[in-house]
Amino acid sequence: MDNLIEIRWHGRGGQGAKTASLLLADAAFNTGKYIQGFPEYGPERMGAPITAYNRISDTPITVHSNIYEPDYVVVVDDSLLESVNVTAGLKSEGAIVINTTKSPEYLKSVLKDYTGSIYTIDARKISIEAMGKYFPNTPMLAAIVKVSKIMSDEAFLKDMEGSFKHKFAKKPDVIEGNMKALELALNQIQKIN
Amino acid sequence: MSIRERLSGNEAAATAMKQINPDVVAAFPITPSTEIPQYFSTFVANGAVDTEFVAVESEHSAMSACIGAEAAGARAMTATSANGLSLMWEMIYIASSLRLPIVLSLVNRAVSGPLNIHNDHSDAMGVRDSGWLMLFSENNQEAYDNLLMAHKIAENKEVLLPLMVCQDGFITSHSIENIMLEEDSEVKNFVGKYEPEHYLLNKKEPISVGPLDLQAYLFEHKAQQAEAMKKAKDVILKVSKEFGDWTGRYYGLFEEYKLDDAELAIVCMNSTAGTTKFVVDKLRNQGIKAGLLKVRVYRPFPAEEIAKALSHVKAVAVLDKSDSLNGAGGALFTDVTSGMYVNNIHVPTINYVYGIGGRDVPALQIESVYNDLSKIVETGNLGNPYRYLGLKTKEVM
Repeated sequence: MDNLIEIRWHGRGGQGAKTASLLLADAAFNTGKYIQGFPEYGPERMGAPITAYNRISDTPITVHSNIYEPDYVVVVDDSLLESVNVTAGLKSEGAIVINTTKSPEYLKSVLKDYTGSIYTIDARKISIEAMGKYFPNTPMLAAIVKVSKIMSDEAFLKDMEGSFKHKFAKKPDVIEGNMKALELALNQIQKIN
Repeated sequence: MSIRERLSGNEAAATAMKQINPDVVAAFPITPSTEIPQYFSTFVANGAVDTEFVAVESEHSAMSACIGAEAAGARAMTATSANGLSLMWEMIYIASSLRLPIVLSLVNRAVSGPLNIHNDHSDAMGVRDSGWLMLFSENNQEAYDNLLMAHKIAENKEVLLPLMVCQDGFITSHSIENIMLEEDSEVKNFVGKYEPEHYLLNKKEPISVGPLDLQAYLFEHKAQQAEAMKKAKDVILKVSKEFGDWTGRYYGLFEEYKLDDAELAIVCMNSTAGTTKFVVDKLRNQGIKAGLLKVRVYRPFPAEEIAKALSHVKAVAVLDKSDSLNGAGGALFTDVTSGMYVNNIHVPTINYVYGIGGRDVPALQIESVYNDLSKIVETGNLGNPYRYLGLKTKEVM
């Protein structure tokens, strides 16, 4: 498992964290990588905290377990910050990406001992501007690609356009909005620590 | 040319079934195997297969419909998990005793109760003595490959036994991973046409299937089943060789990973074997001679071959993802140690029951097993041979 990148997603049931992890796996797969994308299934229901995972590597991945020491953490819903230990095991040279409008001071205080990089993005604003509805997973997908540098912005956008054309073959009108959400997210992500 | 893809374990199983294009699929949905008949019914609706899909009202009926179809002379498949397999129980024995080479995709999950939908091997272990061939799969690739080989093995005239392909529920069934698929036409070619020798719809040879079989002959018929099970070993090896020559992916009765010169060995099945490979590599980098024996063919059980493959190591740990609740050891442990004893191979061997009800199995847990084995070799003291791995002990003892 050379150049292994491990990512953990925290979201709430219904926000699309699982779908985002699968789309990320897809995008990395298309660049020639070995990938894993899997959710940690619990008693799923709308609004309950859920976790999903990605492994991305240059060589075959044989490990089949949850991820305990991720390189990156994505938080799709900032209300989880006070109830779930989202930085558990997160490598200090890694980064956390949070969908939030909360202040840097608040975020640093709620993440307590975590000393690594913190990125924020207002996925709600982006999603509503681009798609007219709140689908946080599309902007969060772009955000983690940008932070983890799994691939270039251009390669990512090109690949996602193909994926969306396939995924939304029956509703092509949503492709443009999703693409716009990705572009806005790539530009609006902020590093606060 | 193999096709590079990324699929979940359930998608891989459904894809194999699509390419096999069996005459009949009868299924009832149950987590985590639900997606397999779900995807397959889409293939039926889209005309990608010309299978007769029977949406039955229970798993008992699913297996019954497969038995009826197979007895009639058709190639039949189904998929299930845990309590679905429990509900098939009665018909599982009928299928094997009627020598019907049905193929079942079993996505392993804990058998209730209390109710748990997550992975362990208690469903498979419950039918280990039912006369079915049982292949275990580390990942989506192996679930796919084992299914492509299944009919060729099960339908062989020396065998004629039903076969189940196992994979770990959620861990591999719901994880998207890289996979190499084969071309539809090549799969069709490899699997071949099903030509049963005796079947109900053959008007030239009227037969009766499953009549009363009392003291006079049941024993002989059971012995025939047992002999077929023994013969299946060579057939599995032959089909696996052909499969390897075709795809480049070779399989044996089990996989030996850095076992040649190993001093400490783990024996396990399904997805844990992958995590164990990672740990073996890590320990090898530290100069520790760790190795793995991954059981692929669990029924027939390659007792002698496994015993011999472990004969040179200094200590063995057998991991059971199901507890036999007999106060003595899990099923795989009992099989491995009895194989060693009968073949006069006496290596210190311990058993761990682990991963029950979806309890995650991190690499560190596997590493702790090798540490325990190291201590056994150092001290010469085996200690308790029947242990738990990953149990929150203070809540039990």
